[in-house]
Parts: sequence; structure tokens; C-alpha cells
Amino acid sequence: MDIFTAEEWQAIFLSLRVSAVATIASLPLGIFIAYILARCRFPGRDLLNAIVHLPLILPPVVTGYLLLITFGRRGPVGSALAEIGIVFSFNWTGAALAAAIMAFPLMVRAIRLSIEMIDQGIEAAASTLGASPLRVFATITLPLALPGIIAGTILAFAKAMGEFGATITFVSSIPGVTQTVPSAIYALLQAPGGEARALRLVGISVMISMGAILVSEILARRLARRMGS
Amino acid sequence: MLQVEVHHRFPGLALDISFEAAGGVTALFGRSGAGKTTVANAVAGLVRPDSGQIALNGRILSAPGIWTPPYRRRIGYVFQNTRLFPHMSVRKNLLYGAADDRHLPRVMDMLGIDHLLARHPQSLSGGEQQRVAIGRALLMNPELLIMDEPLSALDPARKAEILPWLERLRDEAGLPILYVSHSVAEVARLADRVVLIDAGRVARIGTPDLLLSDPALAPRLGPREAGGVLTGQVTEHADDGLTAIETPAGTLHLAADVAVGRTVRLRISAEDIVLSTRYPQGLSALNILPAQIDALHTEGAQMLVHLRLKGEAALVARITTRSASAMGLAENVRVFAILKSVALIHHS
Repeated sequence: MDIFTAEEWQAIFLSLRVSAVATIASLPLGIFIAYILARCRFPGRDLLNAIVHLPLILPPVVTGYLLLITFGRRGPVGSALAEIGIVFSFNWTGAALAAAIMAFPLMVRAIRLSIEMIDQGIEAAASTLGASPLRVFATITLPLALPGIIAGTILAFAKAMGEFGATITFVSSIPGVTQTVPSAIYALLQAPGGEARALRLVGISVMISMGAILVSEILARRLARRMGS
Repeated sequence: MLQVEVHHRFPGLALDISFEAAGGVTALFGRSGAGKTTVANAVAGLVRPDSGQIALNGRILSAPGIWTPPYRRRIGYVFQNTRLFPHMSVRKNLLYGAADDRHLPRVMDMLGIDHLLARHPQSLSGGEQQRVAIGRALLMNPELLIMDEPLSALDPARKAEILPWLERLRDEAGLPILYVSHSVAEVARLADRVVLIDAGRVARIGTPDLLLSDPALAPRLGPREAGGVLTGQVTEHADDGLTAIETPAGTLHLAADVAVGRTVRLRISAEDIVLSTRYPQGLSALNILPAQIDALHTEGAQMLVHLRLKGEAALVARITTRSASAMGLAENVRVFAILKSVALIHHS
């Protein structure tokens, strides 16, 4: 327990919590967007695709700033949400929002690819067997896309763990409230003599990311065995 | 009763098909690319035709302003590439469209798949996979079963393994079947009625005997499918193992395990007919029938010779153009057709 200070433990748990919430909360939307990008042809599809990918190419500071002016206390969305008690700015929920948005393109991409790989003939076969579109989605599309959903989730979680630029711009780096592991590392590096402690946080970052990848590998293998291939 | 009228245009092919199918096996027969699968897909609801009307047992499935989605059509579909669900066991595949497992034992028994239930589709052989796919379609209790080239992905041994199951299905399930195929052998063996589709249109509708022996249709059947079908009766089993079969065109001898008195269908491929202007002597071939040349069709270096046999029977032989001119073959010339091989395709 004495490897880390209380403040550093807070940063680690906050990072895990922010990343987990960001990933889990954005997963249903991620599957939905991935599905319509993979399967539906509609006007504005290219625009939707561009918007989803925007956080990947914009400087994170810009994304963070856009979040600040939209979801900040005086922003159009932020002030409306504040009325019903939802506050993003300078709050851990804001860190989760920033992480979710930054990780979203990676999640959607992985899921979309796995949906595109599914033989639509198999879904057609299910529909001739009397399955409604909803049942086809739940019993055929979703299970067959599971490897991509797992990969996208793990990738999004790892990306959320490492999110820094948009987070610090949007919710700053308040110890115990919005200071995630990357923000804590940055803060330590700014102070004289903080390198040794920063290195320990770097170590735990590496361990969490490695752990996430290992878990995804094990899940993928178990899945492959269940599918009998 | 299935009533089909389909008009559909896509790049390179305009489809204008209409036919009716009652009980038994109706074959949609024609070359690859003739539009057979599109018709089957339109019946199943997987393709929405530009116009036309499809009705099954009085229920209009598609017409202008009417569209029943595939999951409400109650039409079973066995695909060429099986399309089993890879993430489900054989049992779950079989029961996917079934209301309950009441009929599972009967279907498993009919298709011989009871030992496969716990396995996954990937671990099955091609023939086993196709039998599971047939079982899956049957267990949804369909009003019509569509089979789109169910054997074409299989090697000859697997085909031979699965054909008896299809015959059993036809004879036992009492279910109307729409059977899409480009194989004369399969159609001759299974179909009660043939709808011949050529370049997006219905060229002919008739019984397999009538259609497959029709010399006028030989060029449309594709290079390896020409030939003919003779129907005959088993008259005798000789001590040396050969069976004599009396056909209108003459008596043929072949090794066949069929009881005396039974009616059989025999298929002779155009490749397996040798022509001779005189009755051949000192030849190992047993089956030689007298014939008269009806017409000749040149196809490059090869030639299709349409033969009229005794008793209104007809056959098509394929020989080289060089032989034809060397032998002086022309219309009305009398020849002897030497049948190198005769295949027993059906007995009922």
C-alpha cells in the first residue's frame, strides 16, 4: 500500500472508474453506429462516419475545448443538463465523457469491421426460418460480431485509460476529482523530484494496459473454441 | 400451389418468368446465370422483384403494393452453401425455426443426423452439413421447400450419399419442393416437373423424360448435359449379373439391382454415344440401338447429332465434325448408336 500515496491511489481508481464507465456507457451506441455504418445506405452516411472519426484526427486539446464550450456550465448543452442535475465540467463524469468520445472511433471501427465480415447470407437464412429482424440481430449478428465487440471494448478501455489532452482541457486535473493517472504523471513531472513517483505510475499504466490485452486474448480464444473453429 | 410471375431487371439479364407448381418436386432447370436463383430468392422473399406476383396456397406474398417479408412466408430454404449458424450446435441449428422439438426425432431419423446433435457445423463433412441444413428447413414446418443447387458444392461421392435422402424427402415429407439445378442427372432423378429457364425466360415446362430427351433443347442444356433419357421395364436378370431392360428403342443390358417388372429411367450422355453406319462386329459394347438421323448441329469442331429411335425415343450424340463428314452423316441417314455407358437414374 505504501508504494503509492493516497493521492496516487485515487488517481488509479479514478482512471479505472472513468475508463470503465466511458467504455460501458458508449458500447450500446457504438454497436448501433457500427451496425448502421456497416449495413445501411442513407444520405449523410459519410458525414456520420466523418463525425465519428473526428476525435481521432483532431488535436485532443481541440476536442477538449469543444467539449468545454458545449458541455461547460455556460455551454448550451451543459447549462441545460445542469438544470436536471447532470454536471460534466470539472467533474469525473466529464473525464468519462472526454474519454468516451476519444475512444469512440476505435470502438466503432473494430465492431464495424467484424459486422462487415459476417456473411449476410447467414442472416438471410435466419430470416427464412421465421426470425424477425430483431431476432436475427440478437441471435445471429450480435454473437457473430462478438470478437469485434470484445476487441473494440478493450481497445476503447485502453484508449480511455491513456486519455490526457481532451480530459485536462475539459475537466482540468483536480486531485481526487478529475486527476486521472496520465494527468497525475504529468503533474508529477512538472514538480521537482517527482520523476521516481511518476515512474511507478507509468509502471501501473503499463500493467493495466497489458492486463486488458491479455484479457481480450483469453476471451477471444474462449470464444473461438465455443464457435467450434 | 405456388404461382410465380416475376419480372426483374438487373445488369446483363432481364428476367420474365411465370409458372405454377403444385405438389411434388418442381425443378427450375437451366444453365448457370439463367436467373434460376433469383427466381428462388424472389419466392423466398430475399429479392424484391421489380414487378409480378407470387402466391403460395392462395396467400399473396408479393404483388404491387404487397410485400410479405421472408420471416412471415413459411418457406424453407436450403442454400447451396448450407449457411448453417457457425456459433450454434447442430441441435440449436435444427431447432432455430422450430416451434418446439416434437418433430426433431422424426427429421433426425429421416436424414440420419441423430448422432451429430452436439457437434458444431464446422466439424461436419459437406454431406452432413447439407443434411443438417435440410433438417433445419424442414423443422420450421414450411409450406414449401426451396433447394438451390443443394448438391453442387459436394464431390460425387457426397452427392451419391445425399441423393437417396432427397428421394426419401420427396416421397415421405409430402411437401412441395422447388428444386433449383443445372444438373440433368439430379433433375432426371428427383423432379416430377421441369421448368426450363433460358436467359431469363421460361423456355419449356414438362416432365423430365419429355424435356431431357428433346433434341431441340439439347443446345440449351449446356455442354455436358446433352444426351437423353429412356424409360423401360426390367424383364430379366441373367446369370452373369446383367439385367435386361426393355425400352421402346430396344432392349438394353446393364448391371442393375432392380426387381423384374419395375419401371426404370436410364440416362445416356451425348459423350457416351458412338455412331456407326454399319452394325458393328467384334465390339465389347453390349447396347447397340438402330437409329435415324433427325438433324445435325455443328458446334465448332464438334457436332450434335439428333437421333430418332424406335418407339418415338430420341437421343443426342456428340461426335467430331471430322468423323461426321468422313462417315457422310446427313439427315435421314440410318446409323447404329453404340451406348458406351448407360446410367440408371430412377425407379419408381
